[in-house]
Amino acid sequence: MSEITRSKATGERAQKVQGKTAPPADDIDLDAYTSVAEEHPYQEDPSRLPPQAKERILESGVTLDNLAQRSGTFLQIDHSVIHSKAQQGGLEVMSSLEALEKYPWLSDYWWQAVSADADKFTAEAERNQHHGYFIRSLPGTKAIQPVQACLYLAQHGLAQNVHNVIIAEEDSELHIITGCATAKMEREGLHIGISEFYVKKGAKVTFTMIHNWAPKMAVRPRSGIIIEEGSVFLSNYVCLKPVRTLQMYPTARCVGENALVRFNSVLVAAPGTTMDVGSRAILGARGSRAEIVSRVITTGGSIIARGHLVGQVADVKGHLECRGLILSEKGTIHAIPELEGLVEGVDLSHEAAVGKIAEEEIEYLMARGLSRDEAVAVIVRGFLSVDIEGLPPELSAQMQRAIDMSEQELL
Amino acid sequence: MLEVEDLTVEVGGREIIHDVSFNIDIGETLALFGPNGSGKTTLLMAIMGFPRYEVTRGRILFNREDITHLPVDERSRMGIGILFQRPPVVRGVKMREMVRACLGGREDGAVIEQLAQQANMVELLDREVNYGFSGGEVKRSELLQLIAQSPEFVLLDEPDSGVDLVNISLVGEMINDLLQKDRMRNRTSSGLIITHTGHILDYVSVDRACVLLNGGIWCRGNPREILTSIKSHGYEGCAVCQK
Repeated sequence: MSEITRSKATGERAQKVQGKTAPPADDIDLDAYTSVAEEHPYQEDPSRLPPQAKERILESGVTLDNLAQRSGTFLQIDHSVIHSKAQQGGLEVMSSLEALEKYPWLSDYWWQAVSADADKFTAEAERNQHHGYFIRSLPGTKAIQPVQACLYLAQHGLAQNVHNVIIAEEDSELHIITGCATAKMEREGLHIGISEFYVKKGAKVTFTMIHNWAPKMAVRPRSGIIIEEGSVFLSNYVCLKPVRTLQMYPTARCVGENALVRFNSVLVAAPGTTMDVGSRAILGARGSRAEIVSRVITTGGSIIARGHLVGQVADVKGHLECRGLILSEKGTIHAIPELEGLVEGVDLSHEAAVGKIAEEEIEYLMARGLSRDEAVAVIVRGFLSVDIEGLPPELSAQMQRAIDMSEQELL
Repeated sequence: MLEVEDLTVEVGGREIIHDVSFNIDIGETLALFGPNGSGKTTLLMAIMGFPRYEVTRGRILFNREDITHLPVDERSRMGIGILFQRPPVVRGVKMREMVRACLGGREDGAVIEQLAQQANMVELLDREVNYGFSGGEVKRSELLQLIAQSPEFVLLDEPDSGVDLVNISLVGEMINDLLQKDRMRNRTSSGLIITHTGHILDYVSVDRACVLLNGGIWCRGNPREILTSIKSHGYEGCAVCQK
């Protein structure tokens, strides 16, 4: 498909849905945000960014100082790509718009895992894209360190619409940590993030996304993942900081036999935060498996925690687990697990629990000498620490650091 | 070390323990026998200070200090520890974190590993507290936490229940360790062991025993003699025996 026909086709489809909202989270007026951004110069050395920006970026799990800790870097501020580089052979890291120009074949992937006409946000990103990253591991490449990507919003009132494409070619291994952050807590803005993942035969992708937004931010990620035969996709999503409204429902499609997908989400909703977050796995090939685990805490905000497993063929297995803690009188959690078995021979299950911390558990820890507050902190920390199999130790440590930093504020 | 004076305890408005008095000296271990429902666990919980167990009369002294109305964590920090018969599962919290908390939060991985090794529990360190534990694992986990906590006085609620023969000897060893049973002199740890069956007494020596019936102490005396009598006549025998 040529680029011109692609643009026309998706553009027309997208145009049809320009007014279409994404229920049930509160609607967002796209016109309330500007799409005119100040240009930021390219930085050869991202460690030279102002300390304040580096600190906010670090809080979202991305370390800019130590090159040895990453196999590639992508850094975007507002609408400007200020750094992109692959540090390991066999990896490609660049702006997705640049990649689209460089590789005509990329149009075969463009808007294939996420539909451009899904809602007004996808339509807006199609119509008005401001870069985003392209990350690709070539066949057989095994990235040891993660590629670090950061999408940073510095300008007040800005809409940042990024479109990311991630391709793990056959038998390759790719680890990505994406941190999304704003410059200052009072920043208002809209972030629309389209992410399309293609995990080819025998490949493995771990994708860790840490959101570090601000109380007035509206965030609409739209992700789709295509997982081929014998390949693995592990997603870890962490959002512990206040955000005005966040809605996402990434959808993974297991299209090859024995494909594996696992979604872990850790969310904390402070007062004023509305989150509608879920993960969906469509098991469309024999032997494919999915696990969706979410841990959500409200300290006064409202959370809808969704999960959806679809068994389309026999001999597939999926499990969905959602646990929610309400740590405030005003917070709400609405867990909506869905299991959809379309044929005989699917094995789908779920468990969900929402409530407060059991008094018995607090007292148990107090009997070991912890004060009530310390006991609650230990239980909450345990609650938030989701065991993640398959993450490289450095990435695991980075994610834990980000959680620890947020926990101190939470508790 | 521990003095319980005329203690009366209510749970949910219902009086379970009536005017119970006893004391335990430094280095001494007392066994508390009694049938199911006699109030043994209630008595222990009240001594530990859990809010559901309300002391309506009497008092509890620990090292001569009145602790009757102190919260559970303060009692713990003063040196009282408890082995729960059925501890709760704490999802997400790893045994390693729990042991670290018992050590007072000190970040000493080597000490945790060493203690776990002694308890034959290294493989449990990365498991969630009490989640999917067998009966023996629950007791060993409780004892590992207590050994890390190193209390002066321990309340042991049925340490032998649900424990198989392989585990009970290890449980006995850990209790002996906790109660410094290897020392013939200058023992500073004391304990109160609840046992329904008395099995643990094959592994742990105790100095004195009491029988609790219907929320009151029925008799006191030599642990072996009392146990032999219970084994022969059951607790029904205690009921017909005069106080």
